Amino acid sequence: MIDWIKQLPGNVIDFIGPEIIIATAKVVLVFGVLLVTTLLVIWFERRVIADMQARVGPNRWGPFGLFQTLADGIKLFFKEDFRPAAADRWTFVIAPVMAMVPAFLAFAVVPLGDHVVIAGHRVDLVMSDLNIGILYFLAVGSLGVYGVVLAGWASGSKYPLIGSIRSTAQMISYEIALGLSLVPIALVAGSLSTVDIVAAQAGTYDNIVLFGRDLNFLEGIIPHWFIVQQWPAFLIFLVAGIAETNRAPFDLPEAETELVAGYHTEYSGIRFAMFFLGEYVHVVAISAMAATLFFGGWHGWNPAFPAAIDWLRWIVPIFWFTIKTVAFVYLFVWLRATLPRLRYDRLMWVGWKRLIPGALVWIVVTAVLNSDPEEVPTSARLWVMAVVFAILLAWVWRGDPRLTALEPWRKKEVTRGTA
Amino acid sequence: MTLDSYVPILFLIVLSTLFAVASIWVSSRIGPRAPTPAKLTPYESGIVPEGGIEKQRFPVKFYLVAMLFIIFDIETVFLYPWAVAYDNLKLFGLIEMGVFIAILLAAYVYVWRRGGLEWVD
Repeated sequence: MIDWIKQLPGNVIDFIGPEIIIATAKVVLVFGVLLVTTLLVIWFERRVIADMQARVGPNRWGPFGLFQTLADGIKLFFKEDFRPAAADRWTFVIAPVMAMVPAFLAFAVVPLGDHVVIAGHRVDLVMSDLNIGILYFLAVGSLGVYGVVLAGWASGSKYPLIGSIRSTAQMISYEIALGLSLVPIALVAGSLSTVDIVAAQAGTYDNIVLFGRDLNFLEGIIPHWFIVQQWPAFLIFLVAGIAETNRAPFDLPEAETELVAGYHTEYSGIRFAMFFLGEYVHVVAISAMAATLFFGGWHGWNPAFPAAIDWLRWIVPIFWFTIKTVAFVYLFVWLRATLPRLRYDRLMWVGWKRLIPGALVWIVVTAVLNSDPEEVPTSARLWVMAVVFAILLAWVWRGDPRLTALEPWRKKEVTRGTA
Repeated sequence: MTLDSYVPILFLIVLSTLFAVASIWVSSRIGPRAPTPAKLTPYESGIVPEGGIEKQRFPVKFYLVAMLFIIFDIETVFLYPWAVAYDNLKLFGLIEMGVFIAILLAAYVYVWRRGGLEWVD
C-alpha cells in the first residue's frame, strides 16, 4: 500500500504522459503570471504618469499602493452586471471575451527564457514553439479587432458604434504595416519561429570593417541583435504596434473628449474590466515581441555562477527578458504621458502613406543586402541604394499635410475647379 | 506533420475562456441588479436619445479602407514564405519578388493618385 502511494506520482505521470503535464503547467503558469503582470502594469502606469505630472498616484493599498489594481478588480466584481435595453444580447456578452482571449493567446509564442531540466525532462521556457510563430502572433493579434467591433455594434448606442468603426479602420490599417515590418526579420533569420529568431541573435558582431580598416576595439561589444541592422523595421513595428493596441497617441477609439469612452461606453463592471485586461495584456505582448524580435529576446550578459548555485542559471535569461519587456512597457506609458492624441486624418496618413511604403521599400533593401554577393554585384547594390535614397529624399521633400493640407496634384484640381 | 505544439494553445484558449465566463458568472451572482428605464437607455451624455443606431450613416471611406486592407494584407502573407525561403531561392527569388512588389507599388500609386488614401476631401 505504502509502495503504491510512493509510486503514485510516477504512475500518474506515466499514465497522462509528461508532455501533457508540462504543457498544462506552462499554460497555467503563463496565464497566472500574465494576470499578475497586468495588475502590476496598471499600477506601474498610474504611478509613473502620476510622477510625470507631479502627483502622488495610488499609494494607499499595500506597499507603494501595489494592491490598488487588485482592489479595483474586486470592486468591479461587485458592480451591477448591466446590459442596456437596445443591446444585442449574446453579442454584447461575447464581445468582452473576444477582446480578452486573443490578447492572452499572443503570448503563447514568446520565448521567456532558455530551458530548464526538471526530473530529467528538458522544459523549454516557451509555451509552444510554433514553426509559424510570427504569423501566429499577427493572426491572433488581429482577432482582437472582433471584440472591439462587436462591442461597438452590440451596444446599440451611437458613441460606441462610432468608436468601434474608427477603431476597426485604424487597427486594420496599421496591421498591414505591422505585418510588413516583420518580413525583413523573417528574411534575415530565415525562420518564422520565435525560438529560432532569438537563437539567431546570439553572440556579438565580429570582424567589423569600415573602409577596409578593421575596427578591433568594437569586437565583442555590439550584440548580434536585429535592432542593429533592422532599426527601420523596428521603428515601423513600434509605431504600428502602439496603434494596434489603441494606446496614446493613437487612442482615438476611446477618445474621451469626443466619444465618452469609445467602444466600451455601455460596458460596466467585470465586462469593462475584461476590455481593460485585454488592452494591457496586448501592451505587454507587443513589448515582449519587440524585445524578442529586435532586442535579442532573453540573450544578455551571463555572469559566472559558483558551482553551488549553478542550477539557478535559468533565472538569468528570464531576468534579461523581463528587463527588456518592462523597458518597452515604460515606453508605452511615457508616450501616453507625453504625446497629444492624433487627428484621425493624420492617423490614416501616417499608416497608409508613410509606414506601408516605408516598410515595402525596406523589404527590398533588406533582400538586396542579404543576397548572395557572387550573384548580385556591388554596383547593383549601390544602384539600389541610390534609387532608395532618391525616393526617400523626394518623400521627405514632398512634406507634411499639416503644411500643404492637400496633395500637390489635387491642389491643382481644386484651383481649376474654383477658377 | 506534428500537432504537438498546438496543444498548449488549445489549453490556453480553454483556460482564458473559462476564466472570462467564470468571472462574468460570479459577477452576475454577487452584484446587484436594479434596472430602471432611464438606466437602460443608450448613454448620450444625459440627452434623451433620438433614433437608434440603424439610422446612423457612415462615410464610405471606412468600406474603402476595409477593401484596401484585404488586398494589402494578402500581399503581406505572400511575402512571408518568400522571406523564409529567400536563402534557397537566390537571385531568382530576388527578381521574382522585385516584380511582385513593383506590380503592387503600381497599384498602390494608382490608389494614392485617385485619392483612395485621402481622408479629407
